[in-house]
Amino acid sequence: MSTSVSPVSAPRATRLGALWNSAVGKKALMAVTGIVLFLFVLVHMIGNLQVFQGAAKINHYAELLRISPPFLWFTRIVLLVAVFVHALAGIELWMERQRARPVGYQDYRPVVSSTASRTMIWSGLLILLFVVYHLLDLTIGVVNPRFEHGQVYANLVASLSRAVGAAIYLVAMIGLGFHLWHGLYSMFQSLGLSNRGISPTIQKFAIGFAVLLTLGFSAVPLAVILGLVG
Amino acid sequence: MRITLDIWRQKNPRDPGRFERFEVPNVNEHMSFLEMLDVLNQQLVSEGKEPVAFDSDCREGICGMCGFLINGEAHGPLRNATVCQTHMRHFKDGDVLRLEPWRASAFPVLRDLIVDRSALDRIIAAGGYTSTRAGSAAEANQILIPKPSADKAMEAAACIGCGACVASCPNAAAALFTGAKIAHLGHLPQGQPERMGRAIAMTSQAHAEGFGHCTTIGECEAVCPAGIKLEVISRMNKDFIKATLGGYANEVQTLAALPPSAAMRFFEAEPPKKEP
Repeated sequence: MSTSVSPVSAPRATRLGALWNSAVGKKALMAVTGIVLFLFVLVHMIGNLQVFQGAAKINHYAELLRISPPFLWFTRIVLLVAVFVHALAGIELWMERQRARPVGYQDYRPVVSSTASRTMIWSGLLILLFVVYHLLDLTIGVVNPRFEHGQVYANLVASLSRAVGAAIYLVAMIGLGFHLWHGLYSMFQSLGLSNRGISPTIQKFAIGFAVLLTLGFSAVPLAVILGLVG
Repeated sequence: MRITLDIWRQKNPRDPGRFERFEVPNVNEHMSFLEMLDVLNQQLVSEGKEPVAFDSDCREGICGMCGFLINGEAHGPLRNATVCQTHMRHFKDGDVLRLEPWRASAFPVLRDLIVDRSALDRIIAAGGYTSTRAGSAAEANQILIPKPSADKAMEAAACIGCGACVASCPNAAAALFTGAKIAHLGHLPQGQPERMGRAIAMTSQAHAEGFGHCTTIGECEAVCPAGIKLEVISRMNKDFIKATLGGYANEVQTLAALPPSAAMRFFEAEPPKKEP
């Protein structure tokens, strides 16, 4: 076993660049952008529930969100950057993982890990694809059967009253639940905020919000299918 | 009891390798797992065949030499124990067991179940040291250490460097190992002067060696024979983030040149043999 090592001067990097160049730093950036995206989906879910208060209420809420174009674009850019950094870091780390174990096991038995924790890349990619569909459906309207700008209630009823439309939303929300189940727990560890005392509480927080968000988001397509909203 | 074994056989790092089936008919349930392999090897030697190569030294779970997967679990089904501490009474008569070496690009297979773990030694060399006043010996109790810190440092120092954490991680990350080494020194007052640089140096070395990243799935903690806690990784991450945002990254000399271990050098120096 050789332990002799010769020091090599690494190229100089900025502090943020040094974070990005390391696996630990990439995970920290994923945690920070993950928090941004979690807060967004939480607010989004609460906003969605206004569907149950009638068309006027949610249409007015949608107008309110667009009342200040600079604020709207600021939010959009922050979210776009967060999605970009989060996804790129995740994909790069996943590719590194392929290099870290080029020959897999013939037989590998997970002992304690959750399915959600071992499928983060897939639930993440599912959410990414869904976001593209979602924007085309309800923001731009090109895949919506009858889209009319500003008519949020009518647009979502049009989209979700088709079986395939509702199914896409429900599957994506289950994917989101899986992603949050592990992501909301793991981000504390990535930022160095977890320890054995607080870890069970973080786990409960993660599971609680994953279930809450999945149910909260799924309520709208389910209500449309069941005819409660329409 | 009768045990059937599917063992990974590989002549050298270049050999593609394959599983080979062996029968061990007269296994005593009081044998340790490695003693059972000794019986198999004696049987193979008496038949004029090549014995199965595996690492072992102390055979009491404190040296960290032994280790392979038994039916997909690092160190086998017994928790908080190495392969050598696992006895045949933990298995049933007629069991078919698959033995596979640790798999990671940073752990090349040298032969059968033996892998080269010198990458872990180089992670320690990169930052696993403290500054010490040499010369006249200081009074041993001069530096006071609070009991909780001493306990946590001791707990992290229990890491034997067997590599099971890397083996059980889907990303082949050495995060639990590196975290344990950083926590073991970082909990002590003597470890403070190098604390920031150490977090960067050791994690960078792990990255350069080709280990993956941590996704907090917890498999490493579950299979660790020394009971290292997942929180050492959180602590490592915190030290690393503090150090990087504090601008220490450019002050640390990373050990990017990675001399392969003596065993690997032998194979890399030798030109590949043509298959007949």
